[in-house]
Amino acid sequence: MSVSDQEIKQLEEVASQVRRDIVRMVHSATCGHPGGSLGCTDYLVALYFKIMNRKPGFDMDGIGEDLFFLSNGHVSPLFYSILSRSGYFPTSEMPGFRKLGSILQGHPTTHVPGVRMASGSLGQGLSVAIGAALAKKYNNDSSLVFSLHGDGELQEGQNWEAALFAPHHKVDNLIACIDYNGQQIDGPTEKIMSLGNLKAKFEAFNWEVIEEPKGNDMRSVIEVILKAKALTGKGRPVCILLTTQMGFGIDFMMGSHKWHGVAPNDEQLAIALAQLPETLGDY
Amino acid sequence: MKKYTFTEKKDTRSGFGAGLAELGKTNPNVIALCADLIGSLKMEAFIKECPDRFIQCGIAEANMMSVAAGLTIGGKIPFTGTFANFSTGRVYDQIRQSIAYSEKNVKICASHAGITLGEDGATHQILEDIGLMKMLPGMTVINPCDYNQTKAATIAIADYEGPVYLRFGRPVMPIFTDPDQKFEVGKAWMVNEGKDVTIVATGHLVWEAIKAGEQLEAMGIDAEIINIHTIKPLDSEAILKSVAKTRCIVSCEEHNRLGGLGDSIAQLLIQNDLVPMEYIAIDDVFGESGTPAELMKKFGLDDLHIVEAAKKVIGRKG
Repeated sequence: MSVSDQEIKQLEEVASQVRRDIVRMVHSATCGHPGGSLGCTDYLVALYFKIMNRKPGFDMDGIGEDLFFLSNGHVSPLFYSILSRSGYFPTSEMPGFRKLGSILQGHPTTHVPGVRMASGSLGQGLSVAIGAALAKKYNNDSSLVFSLHGDGELQEGQNWEAALFAPHHKVDNLIACIDYNGQQIDGPTEKIMSLGNLKAKFEAFNWEVIEEPKGNDMRSVIEVILKAKALTGKGRPVCILLTTQMGFGIDFMMGSHKWHGVAPNDEQLAIALAQLPETLGDY
Repeated sequence: MKKYTFTEKKDTRSGFGAGLAELGKTNPNVIALCADLIGSLKMEAFIKECPDRFIQCGIAEANMMSVAAGLTIGGKIPFTGTFANFSTGRVYDQIRQSIAYSEKNVKICASHAGITLGEDGATHQILEDIGLMKMLPGMTVINPCDYNQTKAATIAIADYEGPVYLRFGRPVMPIFTDPDQKFEVGKAWMVNEGKDVTIVATGHLVWEAIKAGEQLEAMGIDAEIINIHTIKPLDSEAILKSVAKTRCIVSCEEHNRLGGLGDSIAQLLIQNDLVPMEYIAIDDVFGESGTPAELMKKFGLDDLHIVEAAKKVIGRKG
């Protein structure tokens, strides 16, 4: 799969609009998690708008199409914007984010079209994605399962149960991506609970591991996913260590854990939006 | 009193194993998962029947629960198997978020429930699992009473859409229910019609209640005995109909008196028909090592305690 410069530009435009949606939703709700959402935007835009083979409409079983599972559910504004912009529900739902009566709950729930599993309590998504990948094997369904996880989330022990399980059961139709931004709520992961050499850890668990240091560069992101896809079907699960910057795209939010779970005020929103061109039309 | 006899004793977990093996033959979507307890859960027959539909998860129950949740996406019907303690308390958050809240069709099958787990002692004797599971919205909670009922329940829940907690035990118990019974989720079974006192029992306590009923009959007391195998959704109609006649009730379960079947019944009575009630249950303490029979006696769960509770509650009718 070759990707033209024109196509990259279009995807970057989608990412800009998604970032606008994220800050506007979080600002409107006066709470939420912009930092990680902005950091993972390029990965999810690449998946949903370029990589994943998706069927029109939504059915829970998703037979014959690629599936995505979000484990770090707090990046819900990103997930909701992506799902809405790719047609799962109208953009008119976005103003309801985190508000009473909205389908867009603080953390993702299965009541939202496009969401196949609730997440928010961390560390469960890898196991869930493995289960869905096994179901695909039982159904002789050759499509893939993608998942996204925070790096701080790897401090939850269940991830390592799942990391043992997947190679043992040859779950080789799974691409798990770690959002490697080095930040968590209380500070840098190195200071809070050092993750050590993640590549060596996953390799020791018998995973295929690919590192991508430019996780906010659209072409690099697409290329690493294509590389990961080429590694599927060979008996081992695949892990992408995607280095991103928390808060990417908005200068005063970038690279700091301080915007993990804080909403911008009116003035900050205006500064943020000035840095993000409106490309697909605001909701 | 209706006569109940038995010619054979078996453990309810073997009923689960037999039901699962049957599903192996009849339902291609059923997948069995186990956390290193194949023998204890009696899963060998299923594995022999369909080895490709068995997933060994190792000693990692949290992962097993979430893998099971994922398997439902694509139409599989996962049955997880481990001890009750590791099926509930150890993995509560996984069940809460990925199974109950996400409305996944997972069957959580839990052996060695209650005090009759026996010699392994309190670390393994979970007495809180009914309460934990019934508090989850959308979760169905079933505690069958003998081998035949457990087998029938296992087969029935495969066709019952939604998350189910199926709780069974380790010790051998009399087999006294119909081998060809049709198991109906949420429907009480009238074990014996009577007029003086209602005895509602679940799980291993149903046989104790039958023995108690025979002793009460000898004392001239006509006990109505109802088997509530499905604790949630509760068959409110059957219970209210019975107490309308008897005007008093004893609940019997192998569980902490806090949060179990008794509390569900008490809540029902408070809102509908306030009659005197006594609990046969564990009195908010942890268990200990011993044989199942010794523990049933020590913790007040045997037939003699049910007889005393029945006499007491009749005395409270006033």
